[in-house]
Amino acid sequence: MSDKSELRREASPQRAVVGDGRAKRIVAGIGSANTVTVTVLAFVLSVVIGGILMILSDQHLLTEWGYFFQHPTDALGDSWDKVANGYIAMFHGAVFDPHAKQALRPLENTIVDATPLVFAGLAVAVPFRAGLFNIGGQSQLIGGAICATWVGFTLSAPMPLHVLLVIIAGVIGGAAVAGLIGVLKARLGAHEVISSIMLNNIALGVLVWLIKTKAFHDPHRQDAISKPVKDSALLPAIHGSSPEINFSTVLAIAAVVASWWLLSRSSLGFKLRALGSNPDAARTAGISVPRNQVYAMLLAGALMGLVAVTQVSGTLSASHAMTATLDNGIGFTGITVALLGRGKPVGVALAALLFGALDAGGVAMEASTTPTVPHDVVTVVQAVIVVFVAAPKLVQEIFRLRDVRRGDVKSGGGATASVAPATAVDSAAEAV
Amino acid sequence: MAVATVAPAPAAIAGGGEADTRRYAAGVTQIVMGLVVLFGFGLGTRTAHGASTTFGMTLVSKEGTHVPDWVFPARPAIVALAAVVILLGVARLAVRLPRTWRLAGTSVVLFCFTFAFMAWSAADPKGGERLVLPSVLDSMVIAAVPLVLGALGGVVGERSGVVNVAIEGQLLFGGFMTALVGTATHSLWIGVIAGVLAGALMGLLLAVLAIRYLIEQVVLGVVLNLLALGVTGFLYKSLMQTNQNSYNNLTPFTTVRIPGLASIWVVGPVLFDQPLIVYITVFLVVLVHLGLFHSRWGLRTRAVGEHPAAADTVGIKVLRLRYRNVALGGAFAGLGGAWLVGNVGNFTESMTNGKGFIALAAVIFGRWSPFGALAAAALFGFTDALASQTSSLQLPIPSDLLGTLPYVATLFAVAGLIGRVRAPAADGKPYVKG
Repeated sequence: MSDKSELRREASPQRAVVGDGRAKRIVAGIGSANTVTVTVLAFVLSVVIGGILMILSDQHLLTEWGYFFQHPTDALGDSWDKVANGYIAMFHGAVFDPHAKQALRPLENTIVDATPLVFAGLAVAVPFRAGLFNIGGQSQLIGGAICATWVGFTLSAPMPLHVLLVIIAGVIGGAAVAGLIGVLKARLGAHEVISSIMLNNIALGVLVWLIKTKAFHDPHRQDAISKPVKDSALLPAIHGSSPEINFSTVLAIAAVVASWWLLSRSSLGFKLRALGSNPDAARTAGISVPRNQVYAMLLAGALMGLVAVTQVSGTLSASHAMTATLDNGIGFTGITVALLGRGKPVGVALAALLFGALDAGGVAMEASTTPTVPHDVVTVVQAVIVVFVAAPKLVQEIFRLRDVRRGDVKSGGGATASVAPATAVDSAAEAV
Repeated sequence: MAVATVAPAPAAIAGGGEADTRRYAAGVTQIVMGLVVLFGFGLGTRTAHGASTTFGMTLVSKEGTHVPDWVFPARPAIVALAAVVILLGVARLAVRLPRTWRLAGTSVVLFCFTFAFMAWSAADPKGGERLVLPSVLDSMVIAAVPLVLGALGGVVGERSGVVNVAIEGQLLFGGFMTALVGTATHSLWIGVIAGVLAGALMGLLLAVLAIRYLIEQVVLGVVLNLLALGVTGFLYKSLMQTNQNSYNNLTPFTTVRIPGLASIWVVGPVLFDQPLIVYITVFLVVLVHLGLFHSRWGLRTRAVGEHPAAADTVGIKVLRLRYRNVALGGAFAGLGGAWLVGNVGNFTESMTNGKGFIALAAVIFGRWSPFGALAAAALFGFTDALASQTSSLQLPIPSDLLGTLPYVATLFAVAGLIGRVRAPAADGKPYVKG
């Protein structure tokens, strides 16, 4: 795609190998540090590290490791049981449970958990391509949620119209907060990371205050929670019972397609990518830097607003109302999802699915293991996967993989395919 | 709705770019602030019927010279302050002032506004409401210490060209190890050392992944924060929560009183009767400042952060210096984490609660300098202390909104006062030889 990767390809010493038989090429490909191999191995490594953490946290096992040299079987066997049981419980919770009445029910949970992460990941990936780091997902989510909830419980409208209004309100709320960050950066040069962090906290304060005010607080409840949105504002269910796959999953798929089209086919997307690759060149070419920075943030805010809609009008929160913990870390998880997805819409969707599975599995694991394996191990696994995926060279060194033949991972020289908002993203995806 | 809290921002936005528009925006903002002081604070019901403001001047919790309460009539004082603010705003609009005068004017406006707010919050026609000034300052010091240490860690790393967004994770992991090791060894100070080492270890991890494996540094920082959150949360739940006494139980820091200085009127007990780490923090700020700007190490650090290729040419080991600085920065942040734990005596899950990000903001806000970071952290600590100390005063402002004061103040400061800042030129850019 880019000239740079063409050059790399020509310069690659293994270039001569290409042209052998297809089967040989596939075998050689598996053993080399290409994107798929690196991602799979990153997953394996993170699972191993998660397992080590499980062993370290069990006092009984630690005692057994204490007399490892007398009875090595005790420590090894019990550790294996502990880790295996943990991960089996996760698998049962995330993918398929042969003992349950509805064996594929867990897969539905995974999709339900993955849906908001798709929007959140895109909300980071899109501005990232324009060279902006959106760490303000929390504030945008809260902004969207406040607007969506208000429209949801005050207006009365027939079912499809009301849902549409809620979605529009969520998008506007999220975009307004993100737009403010964009304008502050574009016009006053306020660093978007600082203003985002400050707005995250301000939005949280406003939310906590609002859900106690007369206008928002649910009079039937003692705790701090807003009025629930009306039934006509709920996203229609597609399959299953609570928590169910609902219309938001369709929206998520649409968002992935739209983001892909926007970034790789539209003129706005071209401008955004130009801005991310080289702002000076973009300016010289007549692209307005401040305006497009604001556009990128508006898009991000709109996407985070959709997360808010899935939270409030979807089935994730059982009461269909705002609480102080509405965000639940999704704003930050979006950053890791975007990185794992290498900043590409389809990659983001796949990464969100993996993270959704880990989340759903983690909850199930915490519920079904004794002594309890806390859900937090999932956070560790997620962080470690992302670190390894972002550092293909590290995985390559651990498993002694060969250099890849095509331009996605260049070793030796040291440049790697991360999600740096430059040409690296394009060349990385090319090899997939 | 969330936007409403920062409503004055668009007015300030109009003033980007041209000096004239910026001047008008600043003048108008100052006049608006003056009107808020006049009608919101000065002529409101809280100051009606000859109410007087009571400022407590003695810190009850610490030994010190007893100073009687400072009582003055609220309305005249606040109206006078409003007049000063409005006059300065008008002057700003009318006259083209040199830079130093502008800065001085803005500082006076901010001081008057803050003081008027405090006078208003401590005013009560019935008597009884009071704001203890040394108590506000004491909370400010306690809140600022982890921010200063975290920011110092950021400064050292970023000056040599490595962005450190993982301050939050370093604080958290440092705090966790302080609690764990400190409890196991029955010694808070061994715990503190463990916390410092844990922070340095996190710094080293950041350095290796950023320098050797070239991961995009901002994103890497976020991921490391997640890692620290996951690991500490997991171990907290599986070890500490079930067995608080053997894993998470420390005797908090005791204060060290500096004889003589601690009896200074009002500020003595606040500045000179604090735990040892407070003095260490101030010492480190001075040390890093001297180091950065008056030593060979500092010159090299700055060279590596601005132009690594040139530094390499003259024989500076770019990567080695970066490794050292990032690990050192991690150690500072680890000390900050140790302070958070040692102050209360135990670790709680995600106890840093975004402080690392505030520290990151202080790095940028303080323009990558130690004293700048100290000032930014002090500003944040002060507004934070003010919000928490006035929350008990039955103000008509909801306490949840008052709690956002430090963030609003920082946002305004960043957008309005600081504007565009310039990071070290090679900040966040990996250096690959050749």
